[in-house]
Amino acid sequence: MFFVYLARELRRRARQATFIALGLAVAVGLVLSVTAASAGVKSAQGKVLQSLYGVGTDITVTRAPTQAQGGPLGFGVRSGNGDQQRPKAGTTFTRDNLTSGPQLGALKASSVTQVRSVQGVADAVGALTLTDVRVSGKLPNAQSFSNGQNGSQGSGAGPPTSSNGSGSTQSFRSSFKVSSFTVTGVDPAHTSLGTLSSTSLAKGRSLRSTDTHADVAVVTSDYAKQHDLKVGSTISVASKKFTVVGTVTAPRGSSPTDVYIPLARAQALSGLTGKVNTVYVSATKNTAVDAVAARIKNAVPSATVTTSSDLAGQVSGSLSSAASLANNLGKWLSIAVLIAAFLLASLLTLSAVSRRVRELGTLKALGWSSRRVVAQVVGESLVIGAAGAALGVALGYAGASVVNAVAPALTATSGGSANTGPTGGGPGGPPGGAAAGPFGNAASAAHTVTVHLSAAIDGRAVLLAVLLAVTGGLLAGAVGGWRAARLRPAAALARIA
Amino acid sequence: MYELHDVTKRYATARGPVLALDRLDLTIPDGEWLAVQGPTGQGKSTLLQMLGGLDRPTTGSVVLDGTDLARASELTASRLRARQIGFVFQSFNLIPTLSAQENVETALVPLRVRPSERRTRAAEALDSVGLTDRARHLPSELSGGQQQRVAIARALVKAPAVLLADEPTGNLDEDTRHDIMAVLEALWRERGLTFVLVTHDRTIAARAQRRVTMRDGRLQETEAVVDAT
Ligand SMILES: Nc1ncnc2c1ncn2[C@@H]1O[C@H](COP(=O)(O)OP(=O)(O)OP(=O)(O)O)[C@@H](O)[C@H]1O
Ligand SMILES: [Mg+2]
Repeated sequence: MFFVYLARELRRRARQATFIALGLAVAVGLVLSVTAASAGVKSAQGKVLQSLYGVGTDITVTRAPTQAQGGPLGFGVRSGNGDQQRPKAGTTFTRDNLTSGPQLGALKASSVTQVRSVQGVADAVGALTLTDVRVSGKLPNAQSFSNGQNGSQGSGAGPPTSSNGSGSTQSFRSSFKVSSFTVTGVDPAHTSLGTLSSTSLAKGRSLRSTDTHADVAVVTSDYAKQHDLKVGSTISVASKKFTVVGTVTAPRGSSPTDVYIPLARAQALSGLTGKVNTVYVSATKNTAVDAVAARIKNAVPSATVTTSSDLAGQVSGSLSSAASLANNLGKWLSIAVLIAAFLLASLLTLSAVSRRVRELGTLKALGWSSRRVVAQVVGESLVIGAAGAALGVALGYAGASVVNAVAPALTATSGGSANTGPTGGGPGGPPGGAAAGPFGNAASAAHTVTVHLSAAIDGRAVLLAVLLAVTGGLLAGAVGGWRAARLRPAAALARIA
Repeated sequence: MYELHDVTKRYATARGPVLALDRLDLTIPDGEWLAVQGPTGQGKSTLLQMLGGLDRPTTGSVVLDGTDLARASELTASRLRARQIGFVFQSFNLIPTLSAQENVETALVPLRVRPSERRTRAAEALDSVGLTDRARHLPSELSGGQQQRVAIARALVKAPAVLLADEPTGNLDEDTRHDIMAVLEALWRERGLTFVLVTHDRTIAARAQRRVTMRDGRLQETEAVVDAT
């Protein structure tokens, strides 16, 4: 009888019931879509961080550069490749140097061991991110190469002022070619953490522990394509020939590094023996990242300790706009629609019960207990709520698949400081600073990664949504039931008049 | 048996209190057919509500077979209605979404009768009012007289001790009125019901064992039982 009566009553006010269910469905669908999109944005952020900082990296340890390390300036003279011949004016030359960028200071390699012993650290690995700058051209006649140790005299040792290298000052009658790429020295025995870990092998092999002192390199496929490199090709790093043993693909967009070589080789070629400039750290527990970061800071006081959430905060671009859109507008919109749907359901149920006062009073006169009458009214609302939930889940999936079909491309830019030129150039800035254009650029590259937003609905969100719709139904039922329970049985007779 | 003592019902309205029942005393023996007459607004329906435990008097007691409906809990009153008291209303009050058969079954729901037994008893009740062929019809598909027959079947399907009818023929035409009264009278005779009938109709009231008239919330015995029923 309960179900027969319930079904008949719902059929009688089918339009109203559909309206209530639709309202709840829209609210639920919105909550689901927003939750899914928001989860998609979160996972996109994760992917971005992963491609920028490597898989499993919870914390990075770096060090702010000290003034003396103003990388770009020393380049003219400190030819790390050890080939010290001083070219005569008018001769052609090639300079191929490997230097640490102005962004990162050097850390002692022993700090990696230090970090690894910090409580809560699962693993730590050091890497040396460097920039290889090759300048080739013809020396101008009037000038000789300065021997100033860091070029601060500004005696004209520097290359031309424009970054494309074409001489623009009268004294230079020759032209220069400047090219640069990023080189990261990674521990070949330890490639599971750090930037190399986020790439996937395309051709050949990755670095392995026997490569420690070998002149072998792994290049990213983009770079390989641009420079026509294959497995077995050679590539010049700091004037040394390295054999390309493999190519790797960065997961999304470009990789912050073009060439990976063994750490020891990078240290030797850059003159930074026993130094690293980034330590990638994974924590034993995801939840304890902040505490671990604090302990690392204690252990290595001179270092800058950055957690993955700090990193996420540094990421800018449409991805972070999408994140705030999903988290703010989406959340508030779905809460507002939810409240509206609940209100609508309650008011319509209340009016439906009011129109049935005589009917419900008659049932009371027949000996139906208040509880039974209320159960009947609440049952109807619950069915409407369940229908709304089912429809809402379908809408949510539809919304998510629309997001997936459109798959809006979101870009994320990390380290977005607009450092296109050198910092800390000092008094000798202008002459030396010129070459630092592309140089500094490469090292501080505001790195942009593109990810496609995908919305995935997970079981807990569905459960939440169903719970919401059923709660909406229950709420409406409670309002209607309260009205029905309050009804004195005499009302049935009183209404006859 | 009903025993009413000193029953007063006062309604608080916007235009001051209304005295619907005024210190009323009444005894109705088991199996009696009592007709309540009187002009409009004199408290007849109010009296029937007190008898049915649908409302409580302001003061006084309404005792049905030892249970004082004036003091009984809501639950006790609803149980008593479910088992002992059948109602027939002037405007039928059928559930519009349920068929004739299902409407009759609603009276058995609070008694927790098994569905199969519920169906057979409802079918029997419909048969006793001559409506077997209309069992599957909705109220809107029935005439007024047929609807009232369904309501009578609904009131009697649980075999109550008391039948309370508030102008059951008030919405019916002349011929139907007599049909319905014939049905009610037959059932009263067959089942030994205590039957309280509120009616404006003199000729109908004349068939009752005992007649009372309500005036200003008080009862007057209309006349001594003149001739035997
Ligand atoms: N729920 C109520 N609230 C306020 N006053 C009421 C209520 N029910 C009845 N009354 C008043 O009590 C008095 C008696 O009403 P009642 O319905 O018992 O009269 P009645 O004799 O049945 O009249 P009728 O023959 O028109 O049905 C009337 O004055 C009526 O206005
Ligand atoms: Mg009346």
